[in-house]
Amino acid sequence: MAKAAAKTKAAAAPASVERRPALAGRALSAPGVKVEMLPPAERISLRAPEASLAALSKALGLTLPTKPKTSATKDGRTALWLGPDEWMIIDEAGNDPLADCAKVTALHSAVGISHRNVGISVAGPAAAATVNSGCPQDLSLEAFPVGAASRTILGKSEIVLLRIAADAFRVECWRSFSDYVFTLLSEAAGDAAN
Amino acid sequence: MLLIRCPYCEEERPELEFRNAGEAHIARPTNIAAESDDDFEKFFFIRANPKGVIYERWRHIHGCARFFNAVRDTVTDKFVMTYKAGEPKPAKLPGASK
Amino acid sequence: MNAAFRISGAGRLSQAKTASFSFDDKPYVGIEGDTLASALLANGVHLVGRSFKYHRPRGFLSAGAEEPNALVQIVRDDARKTPNVRATVQELYDGLTANSQNRWPSLAFDVGAVNDIASPMFSAGFYYKTFMWPKWAWKDLYEPKIRATAGLGVSPEKPDPDHYASRYAHCEVLVLGGGAAGIAAALAAAETGVRVILADEQAEFGGSLRFESGARIDGQDGYAWAQAAIAKLKGMDNARVLSRTTAFGYYAQNFVGLVERVSDHLKNPGHELARERLWQVRANRVVLATGAIERHMVFANNDRPGVMLASAARTYLNHYGVAVGRNVGVYTANDSAYAAAIDLKKAGVNIAAIVDLRDNPSGAVIDEARGLGIEINFGRAVVSAGGKLRVSSMTVQPKNGGGQRTIPVDAILMSAGWTPSVHLFSQSRGKVAFNDETKRFVPGTYAQDCVSVGACNGTDGLDATIDEAYAAGAKAAKEAGGKIGKGSKPKVDAGEIWSRGMLGAAPGAGPGTTVKAFVDFQNDVTAKDIRQAVHEGMHSIEHVKRFTTNGMATDQGKTSNMHGLAIAAEELGKPIPQVGLTTFRAPYTPVTFGSIVGHARGALFDPTRRTAIHPWAARQGAVFEDVGNWKRAWYFPKAGEDMHAAVNRECVTVRKVGGLFDASTLGKIEVVGPDAAKFMELLYTNPWEKLETGRCRYGIMLREDGFIYDDGVVGRLAPDRFHVTTTTGGAPRVMNHMEDYLQTEFPHLNVWLTSITEQWAVIAVQGPKSRDIIAPLVEGIDMSDEAMPHMSVREGKICGVPTRLFRMSFTGERGFEVNVPADYGEAVWEALWAEGQKHGATAYGTETMHVLRAEKGYIIVGQDTDGTVTPNDAGLDWAVGKKKTDFVGIRGLTRPDLVAKGRKQLVGLKTKDPKVVLEEGAQIVADPKQPIPMKMIGHVTSSYWSENCGRSIALALVAGGRDRMGETLYVPMPNGTIEVEVTGMVFVDEKGERLNG
Repeated sequence: MAKAAAKTKAAAAPASVERRPALAGRALSAPGVKVEMLPPAERISLRAPEASLAALSKALGLTLPTKPKTSATKDGRTALWLGPDEWMIIDEAGNDPLADCAKVTALHSAVGISHRNVGISVAGPAAAATVNSGCPQDLSLEAFPVGAASRTILGKSEIVLLRIAADAFRVECWRSFSDYVFTLLSEAAGDAAN
Repeated sequence: MLLIRCPYCEEERPELEFRNAGEAHIARPTNIAAESDDDFEKFFFIRANPKGVIYERWRHIHGCARFFNAVRDTVTDKFVMTYKAGEPKPAKLPGASK
Repeated sequence: MNAAFRISGAGRLSQAKTASFSFDDKPYVGIEGDTLASALLANGVHLVGRSFKYHRPRGFLSAGAEEPNALVQIVRDDARKTPNVRATVQELYDGLTANSQNRWPSLAFDVGAVNDIASPMFSAGFYYKTFMWPKWAWKDLYEPKIRATAGLGVSPEKPDPDHYASRYAHCEVLVLGGGAAGIAAALAAAETGVRVILADEQAEFGGSLRFESGARIDGQDGYAWAQAAIAKLKGMDNARVLSRTTAFGYYAQNFVGLVERVSDHLKNPGHELARERLWQVRANRVVLATGAIERHMVFANNDRPGVMLASAARTYLNHYGVAVGRNVGVYTANDSAYAAAIDLKKAGVNIAAIVDLRDNPSGAVIDEARGLGIEINFGRAVVSAGGKLRVSSMTVQPKNGGGQRTIPVDAILMSAGWTPSVHLFSQSRGKVAFNDETKRFVPGTYAQDCVSVGACNGTDGLDATIDEAYAAGAKAAKEAGGKIGKGSKPKVDAGEIWSRGMLGAAPGAGPGTTVKAFVDFQNDVTAKDIRQAVHEGMHSIEHVKRFTTNGMATDQGKTSNMHGLAIAAEELGKPIPQVGLTTFRAPYTPVTFGSIVGHARGALFDPTRRTAIHPWAARQGAVFEDVGNWKRAWYFPKAGEDMHAAVNRECVTVRKVGGLFDASTLGKIEVVGPDAAKFMELLYTNPWEKLETGRCRYGIMLREDGFIYDDGVVGRLAPDRFHVTTTTGGAPRVMNHMEDYLQTEFPHLNVWLTSITEQWAVIAVQGPKSRDIIAPLVEGIDMSDEAMPHMSVREGKICGVPTRLFRMSFTGERGFEVNVPADYGEAVWEALWAEGQKHGATAYGTETMHVLRAEKGYIIVGQDTDGTVTPNDAGLDWAVGKKKTDFVGIRGLTRPDLVAKGRKQLVGLKTKDPKVVLEEGAQIVADPKQPIPMKMIGHVTSSYWSENCGRSIALALVAGGRDRMGETLYVPMPNGTIEVEVTGMVFVDEKGERLNG
């Protein structure tokens, strides 16, 4: 499994070209909320049947959550439950979850999506109201507590939403949708404190 | 906007996250190449359009991405129940009007 | 400075804070807290509009959202001109500019008023009857003329510069209406700790407590209690209080649309504030506390300015401190108008007389009015109002006929009773029930988890209302998971109570009369029109409504529906419930487009997707085209080049040297798992099991009906891993199609799909020099023809970053597609560009891509196919695995029509005149001399000028096309018929030698 992915990890020659993340450094502050692009992170889309979860959890160093709309975080690495056999792993500590999964022989699919997605931080007392400008889910702490994670909708774009604190969210979207998502969140931020 | 209970997410979620996927419980024949013209027509083209209870497929496309089945009343637009793909057509419906 | 009709000491506004405004260019002064209506009335202005059809002068009927007459245009600047604003709702701000509508040249002298004199012509159904013939004239003559003279206000000429916000919200209890009932319900619910939203359309909460001077709750004046209760709610974390917020639509599963008017009341809103905010609220329980609306009396000339609802006059006095006249007449069929007369009398306004249609009513308010020395006439009717631009008299007559007496007045207050506002209840799909005793429709059968309380539920009296509402609020909260509340029910010390009244035409306007006794003010529908509709055969209330347009104006018949229904019922000789009520539909009051659109305008109208390489292309001056939501570089013009010249140069350069093309938008799906090949076998027509790792294959995907759904090159990265590409536009639906089969038909397969479209930027490097351009930057991949033949894929590094390097071609030249992680895309492109420049390569766009592939006869799904094309039709039979026993579409392909002779097949076309370029979509005939309509045997799917061929080339779907090679066919066009020759689809390098050239 994941042999091909492992191969890309092997070579060690330094990149001679720079990485240019989408919307790098963009940020917007409004009363009660700040919207900003997050630095690049390592990400994989992990698919696996239940029988493989123990092996994968061990390899990844965290317990893959099995309850809908939840996540698990350890040492800068977060596993988001997205579906009954689907997780997104986000690693902000610079470690490569694709390489970790490559060692696992149990049935699974791990696909690198580090560059497919971008992360946007929405933080502040008006963060939930900002996201609710385009996201139809109930974002109260009762319905969407800290650690809750879900694929959902923001306006006309699909996003993955992770609540990292009572007043802070991580919004993940595909790279080419980032301009739309960031702009919508920025415009909504200006209204959210009202 | 409807609220639809996703049997995989185990909660009601807003309709915007879902997409209808047509009538449920139409299984693709295992030896489809051998189907007669009439049988293929029934399988591929003919669909129920009832006034009342309909069995249909939905996909939680902007959620867990799973296909699942739903029983809905086309008169009231109310969902009677939802259940996972592959589960049999429910013999009894909870609180169905008909 | 006090305006003439402002009564010092009356009302709740601070008279110190003035606000200047203008109406029809005339300056006035009002005070802060006024509505435009109260400010104009304070200045003695009643005439504010002309009616829609007859252009009759009109004044204020109401003091609220039900207003049918006083529609004005509010002008902030050229781009901010809002028509049809109800002056009774518009709050005054300093500098407000308002204009009257539907009049020319002026409000007092309106040419259109000739319609009033000619009104016998304009009877019910007039438009339907008069403008039917000749048919052509409607579109060209009648409609434009009618629209020019009718019209409600003028649209702004410039785009709306304001912005509109939107918010999804969730709560356990949503309370709609912030009068006594709504506040009590919200308090009860909020005290349990659940999330509560309370919304009211007015600027201040209180509802009828704004005018009910007799209400006392918890030891204080009713209005003061309301403000204290609102302050308490605002202080609770679990309660959200929204003023100036109208619930306009009640949808399935307690989903309610609210529009909050955020800044229409502000002098300088600035751009920070949204103009309006759309709330889309999902509530576990809804409490409807929408109150009741007073009805007018239906009598001759009841529309004269100065004739208004009694409760409106009371609101203007008790809230705004404004007297609506100095010598006021009252015409009523219930008690509530007495309270208005008493309040005005006490404020020093002369009450000329109360005319009460009832024979011998008794009660405290009647005694009090009598005690104040007001003349009261029982059993009498006002049969006509005098005056034109302002009411000047009322003519009184015993209700069963007799001597008339004319009393001079400058205003008439009227009340025919109160209609429960069941609009939202009805929108919730609840069924109303008619209460025969009180002659009103009240909520009957509920369809959703909601409850009606107070006046909208037919509950009379403040005490009963608070009891009911408080209990309902607590119950709703409990059902939604709330705990036992800690508060206590508000105690009603004193309240007002009235009910009953009358429905339909009053004496003097009944059957046999032709007076202008208005039922629907906004659409100019009279009692006579309703009767006439019945006479002409409209026996359903839905037909009466459409024939007369009763209740179909922007006020949706808030004051007129019940009167119209009663008149129709009387004429039909049926009881009211048998005639039935028309359906209430959203929106409750008009909603701006802006609030519905919300953020979705300009850049946020739809996502604009850009590739990682987009910034480079933009810097090069590329022209972009929209492909789905993507912006794709269309062509790269050099200085002085037009599109034609740029594309010609790009096409020639790619074949001569090489070119770089941004193919990042192609859909990409990683198919992973031990059953990956099995899955591919089922989803594509081609065989995959034997495809070696490191090799690629062009795949065709069908729908079950046998028609081509998508295509693309697929690379096998490992035995259990495929890198699948799809068309740009097909990416999402192909993924959905694959997931559908995987999850529901082939769930036994151990394979998973992941979209990697945006993980990889794709740089196509095509042309004889393509390998020379790439090779210097690549590590770990042997790019020799032996090691890496055409249709192979390798993983390695380029510029030090990971790559999936495909050798493949959509141009017919030696070609590669360099996949790199998207964030590296632009930098790798720049490195390849630098290499390419050494050889004289070009960057090329989608147009050149299209031409080059057409020169090779490569199809584009969706352009050369249209959902009715099989692989055989497209000449792609070779890609269908003949030994396969199953794949999606295998049975569809053998359907009788799909194997019939004479199907349209894809062929090449060459025009006899090589300079002529056919139009895509043009129809093809075999015999141009046949009579019209000609038999069309096909159409052009792709057509270009090919600089490489020095002539035009085209692809076409032609019936039996492959049997027509060499035949001459014809393309009839408006400027003459074009002769074409049927050819093969490959125009360049038929043997395919250049793939290794």
